[in-house]
Amino acid sequence: MSKKLLLKNDHVPYINKLSVYREHGGYSVLEKTLKNTSPENVLEEVKKSGLRGRGGAGFPTGLKWSFLARPEGVPRYLVCNADESEPGTFKDRYLMERIPHLLVEGMILSSFALGANTSYIYIRGEYFYVARILEQAIEEAYAAGLLGKNILGSGFNHDCYVQVGAGAYICGEETALLESLEGKRGNPRIKPPFPAVAGLYGCPTVVNNVETIAAIVPIIEMGGEEYAKIGVGKSTGTKLISASGHINNPGVYEIELGVPVEEFIYSAQYCGGIRGGRKLKAVVAGGSSVPILPTELILKTANGEPRLMSYESLGDGGFATGTMLGSGGFIVMDEDTSIVKNLYTFARFYHHESCGQCSPCREGTGWMEKILHKILEGHGTLKDIDLLWDIQSKIEGKTICPLGEAAAWPVAAAIRHFRSEFEDYVTNPESIKDIKHYYRLQN
Amino acid sequence: MITSEQIAFSKETLELVQKMMLRYPEGKHKSALIPVLHIAQAEFGGWLSAPVMDYVASILKIQPIEVYEVASFYSMFNLQPVGKCLIEVCRTSSCWLCGAEDIIDHIEKKLDIKVGETSKDGRFSLKAVECLGSCGTAPMMQVGADYHENLTIDKVDELLEKFKTEDKQSRYC
Ligand SMILES: Cc1cc2nc3c(=O)[nH]c(=O)nc-3n(C[C@H](O)[C@H](O)[C@H](O)COP(=O)(O)O)c2cc1C
Ligand code: SF4
Ligand code: FES
Repeated sequence: MSKKLLLKNDHVPYINKLSVYREHGGYSVLEKTLKNTSPENVLEEVKKSGLRGRGGAGFPTGLKWSFLARPEGVPRYLVCNADESEPGTFKDRYLMERIPHLLVEGMILSSFALGANTSYIYIRGEYFYVARILEQAIEEAYAAGLLGKNILGSGFNHDCYVQVGAGAYICGEETALLESLEGKRGNPRIKPPFPAVAGLYGCPTVVNNVETIAAIVPIIEMGGEEYAKIGVGKSTGTKLISASGHINNPGVYEIELGVPVEEFIYSAQYCGGIRGGRKLKAVVAGGSSVPILPTELILKTANGEPRLMSYESLGDGGFATGTMLGSGGFIVMDEDTSIVKNLYTFARFYHHESCGQCSPCREGTGWMEKILHKILEGHGTLKDIDLLWDIQSKIEGKTICPLGEAAAWPVAAAIRHFRSEFEDYVTNPESIKDIKHYYRLQN
Repeated sequence: MITSEQIAFSKETLELVQKMMLRYPEGKHKSALIPVLHIAQAEFGGWLSAPVMDYVASILKIQPIEVYEVASFYSMFNLQPVGKCLIEVCRTSSCWLCGAEDIIDHIEKKLDIKVGETSKDGRFSLKAVECLGSCGTAPMMQVGADYHENLTIDKVDELLEKFKTEDKQSRYC
C-alpha cells in the first residue's frame, strides 16, 4: 500500500472549500499548534522529520529554517515558490488546484515557526486560474479568522498574499523570484548574502516549494519522528511525482520515497507501463535539468542493485551512471524516441529562459541549441558532437545561478549515454530513419 | 487604435490597483508592477504599447524605464499587437513526445499562418511556448487564460471553430 499524506483527500468533492477541508480534519493541526506549541517546537519537529526541499535541490528544510536571521525589529518573510516551470513538472499545480487549503494551512504553520507576519505565494502567471483558486481559499481563511490579526485568539498575526509572475522559468530560482516579487526583471542575485539573511526587501526570508510547505501539515500532525520512519534512509516521507511521456497513466502520484523505479514505471498503481506495449528507451527522472538515463541504468544501478525512487538511489553512481530526484518530473521515452530531438527541445528551452547575465550561459545555451539543430537537420559533423561536449563543460560552475548547469547537464548526459545516436545522425542518417524525429499523436 | 488621452483605468480598476498596492510594505509598491501590467494588458487591447507603459509608470509613481525593462523581460507581456485569440501551444519535451508538432502543423495549416504570426483578419495569433506545467495531459495549448489538454486533431478543430466568434486574448480577467 502506498502511503498518502498530501493527496489523501484529493478526490473528495469540493475539498477546495474551507468547510469540506475542515470536515476532513483541515486546520486542526494549526489550531492545536497555535494553542499548545511554541514556534521552537514546530522547528524541532521539522528538523526531526528529515524533510528535504521538494523544489529540486533537496536541501534539508529544518536546517534552512534554522539559518533564518532574527535581528530585532526587522520583519521576516516566508515566500512560497509556486513558479513550477521545470519541464516535466506539474505536481504543485495539482496540489494547489485540488487542495489549496493544505498549502494555506502549511503557510500559516510555517510562518508561525519562522515568526513571519507576512507571506507571499509567488505563482507562475500562466497558472492564472490556480491563482484564483488560492485567492478564494485565502479569502475563506480570513473570513474564518485563520488569517489576519490574532489568529484563533493566539496573538499571532499573519497576512498571506498571492503574487502572479508573467512567464519566466528563471523566476523559479529563489533570488530571481525575490527580484520579480520586488517588481523587477528576474535576474538572479549573487550569493551570499543568502535570502535567510537578506531576502525580500533586504529582510530575512525563507523560500520554500509548494510541496515542502504543504508537507509541514502532516509532519506536525504525526510528529517529526513518525514522518522520518516513512521512506528510506535520508529520503524521508512521501514525494509527489509528475509522470509524463510515453506511459499508460500519466499524472501526479504521491509515492513513499524508496519505491523501486521499475515498479513505478510498470505497476498499474502508477505509470501502468509503456503505452502501446513498446519498450522503454530512457527516462528523465527529475525534471528537464537532471541527467537522462537509458533503460539499463534507470532500472538498476551500475552495481546491479534495483534503482529506487529516492534522493540517494537515483543519485547512485554520480553523473557517470546516475541521476537526481530533482523536482520529481518523471519523463518516460519509448524505443522510438529520438534522444537528440528530445535534447533539442531542452536546449531550446534553456536558451529561451537564460536571463542573460552570465556570458557562458547566455551564449552557451544559444550555441548548444544551434548545433543540435544543425545535427538534426543532417548537416552535423563528428566535430560538432565534441564541440557540444566542450561547450557544456565550460558552463558548469562559471555562472551566477544554477540555470547554466541545468542547461549543461542534459547535454552531457545525452552524449554520455547515447553518443552513438548522435553519431548516426551525422554519419549514417539512413540508420535512424525509423527513429522518429517527433512522436506522432496516438489517434 | 487607442490614443494616449484614452489611456486611463476605470474607477473600479483604479480601486483594485490601489488595494493591490496595500499587499506590500510601505514604499514597496513597485512590487505591484507585474500584476498591474497584466491588468493593463487585458484592458488596453492585449498588448503593452509605450503610452500604456508610461501610464502604468505614472500610477505606480516609478520611472517609465522601470516598466519597460520589466515588460520586455517576461514572455506573457506582448510588446506588439496580437490577435483577438491568442493560441499558445507547448512544444517542450513531454508535449513533443506526445505529438505537439502535429498539433502545431495542423493549426498552421488550418489558420494559414506560421508560428509567430497573426492572421490577416487580426483574429488569431499563434505562438509555440515552453512547458506550461501540463505535461501529464500533453499535448496542450493555452488560449487566453484557459488550458486545453489531451489535445487531438478533432478537439483542436472544434476549439478553432468556437474561437472564430469568442475573444480569448488576455490571460488575465
Ligand atoms: C533555474 C531554476 C529554476 C527553479 N525553479 C524552481 C521552481 O519552479 N519551483 C521551486 O520550488 N524551486 C525551483 N528552483 C529551486 C529554488 O531556487 C529553491 O531552491 C527552492 O524554491 C527552495 O525550496 P525547497 O527547499 O522547498 O525546495 C529553481 C532553481 C533554479 C536554479
Ligand atoms: S546562469 Fe544563466 S540564468 Fe543564471 S544568472 Fe547566469 S545567465 Fe542568468
Ligand atoms: S512539456 Fe508541455 S506542458 Fe510541460
